[in-house]
Amino acid sequence: MENMIKYLWAFLVGGAFCIPAQILIDKTKLTPARILVGYVVAGVFLGAVGLYEPIVNFAGAGATTPLTGFGYLVSRGIREAVDEKGLLGALTGALSAASGGISAALIFGLLAALFFRAKKKR
Amino acid sequence: MKETEKEKYKKYAEGHAPKSPTVKNCAVAFITGGAICVVGQALTELYSKLEMSKEDTGTLVSVTLIFITALLTGIGVFDNIARHAGAGTLVPITGFANAVASPAVDTKTEGYVLGVGSKIFIIAGPVILYSTAAGALYGVIYALYRLIFI
Repeated sequence: MENMIKYLWAFLVGGAFCIPAQILIDKTKLTPARILVGYVVAGVFLGAVGLYEPIVNFAGAGATTPLTGFGYLVSRGIREAVDEKGLLGALTGALSAASGGISAALIFGLLAALFFRAKKKR
Repeated sequence: MKETEKEKYKKYAEGHAPKSPTVKNCAVAFITGGAICVVGQALTELYSKLEMSKEDTGTLVSVTLIFITALLTGIGVFDNIARHAGAGTLVPITGFANAVASPAVDTKTEGYVLGVGSKIFIIAGPVILYSTAAGALYGVIYALYRLIFI
């Protein structure tokens, strides 16, 4: 039962994160690239001011799976790095926290290019 | 509950066609985005049995979703899903993974250095740049805050 509620919140919160982006796509000329940048920066900001962590504790993957969760991860990495080594952490924290996701995306992207060819019909 | 709202909208939309069906798009985005997060939650539960740190579990969940997306992008299925799902596949980490894998596959014919190697960053680049910049800005502010108040 407790598990079901976890899944329900993940669904509801994760779904809710998609709605502002859909409205932006439909109502403005914002490209997906700009929306992704907006989401990730918003995630860094919300993480920095401490608003994102409660959402993660509450919604689990519903908050970590959207790209705002990636931004939150960056803010957390920065905070830990600055706690550990001061100002230098501002340069080392961001990419080290996000490295798993970035490396995975790049390497699997490269593998996709090696193994597949572009479809004619898009 | 969502269904009745959807049906209500359908009636409304039929009367007002051909306006852009934002409400319907939002409903589809909500459902697909939510469903992807449910998969993420299921993976989190599964990997939590591996006795890793919470951080590593989260990373592994992201890596799995990225792998699935890259594979679906390669075989050409992802674009078909994304066309219907809109923001539902864009906002979760799948959108980022697709934005990396898709140009990589498409630019293969331009070569592996200036094609794949550079175009793979066409959307990942801005995302990485501005998350790093926002993070660094936060880091400087937080370091100053620590210096003064702690």
